[in-house]
Amino acid sequence: MEIKVVKQILEWNEDCSNEIKKDLKEKKVCLINVLGSPGAGKTSLIMKLIEKLREEYRIGVIEGDIAGQIDAEKIDRLGLPVVQLQTDGACHIEAMSIQHILPMFQLEDLDVLFVENIGNLVCPAEFNIGENFRIAMLSVPEGDDKVEKYPLMFATSEALVIHKADMLPYFEFDRNRVKEKATDINPHLTVFEVSSRTEEGLDAFLAWLIERINKELQ
Amino acid sequence: MHELAITQSILDIAVKTAKDNGGVKVKEIRIKMGEYSGVVPSLIQEYFDLVSRDTLAEKALLIIDRVPLTVRCLSCGFEGAIDRMKIRCPICGGTDIKLLTGREFYVDSLEVEELDGDKGSQADPGVE
Repeated sequence: MEIKVVKQILEWNEDCSNEIKKDLKEKKVCLINVLGSPGAGKTSLIMKLIEKLREEYRIGVIEGDIAGQIDAEKIDRLGLPVVQLQTDGACHIEAMSIQHILPMFQLEDLDVLFVENIGNLVCPAEFNIGENFRIAMLSVPEGDDKVEKYPLMFATSEALVIHKADMLPYFEFDRNRVKEKATDINPHLTVFEVSSRTEEGLDAFLAWLIERINKELQ
Repeated sequence: MHELAITQSILDIAVKTAKDNGGVKVKEIRIKMGEYSGVVPSLIQEYFDLVSRDTLAEKALLIIDRVPLTVRCLSCGFEGAIDRMKIRCPICGGTDIKLLTGREFYVDSLEVEELDGDKGSQADPGVE
């Protein structure tokens, strides 16, 4: 006997993601999902953004890692609300985990919540976590072929930060190839070259980010 | 590795649907998967064989039907398949396009055996 089913396989995650979205919209919190490889500089960039934005916005951070709490301790030293999410081996964060963690924040006292996803170019891209938008990161030492090899993350993000831009003179990294391939798979992607260390390119990215956050908080 | 979480969800859907419809064994699970999805189909069957042990979907065959990426161009009206690595209208080059298919990921249908009588299209092997 054939049974027609037509049931979404990721329904549990999508439903939960939509609940989070609704909840955060009511509380006027903008959730930003930051994606990239281990070592892309996600924590460094988030810390730099905190430094530049904390006068303007009340910021919280969820640090996703497979194990440990090194990153959360770094953010904690900045004196901001931070929660470490340990996935205990899992390669991505699911919406349910975010939903469990949100009550640990005073959401009424927050404007922006950064989620640093698990360092991984593949799996996190499949799972919405109630974010308003995604920022993808690719650092120069990783190589300029990653967009073609791992398209989904770049296809679902609104901004791509080519990070460690101060390393461009030292690597054979064709920034134009990255930009071209990334906008081929996602014509609405905005690409920035940023170094958190030297702050080059940071102002342009901050201007975009502030405009984007304000649009969500209206 | 996220395929494991996804596979568990496929199993849950299959087992629940079969039970709700009086099925005693799931023989086939037909899945629609858009080209845009990043899931690896071969891994899904391997994981499924592991997680389905001792359930009524044990040894079920997963048939994964890839759905091509098709779009409608909002500028010139073109409708058809495009390459996922080049998201733009192949006719006018416009980027203002609407995705029609290619993001699907759902269990489309099941082939199940019922308690008495109907054993599906295959004959009962009678070796249990």
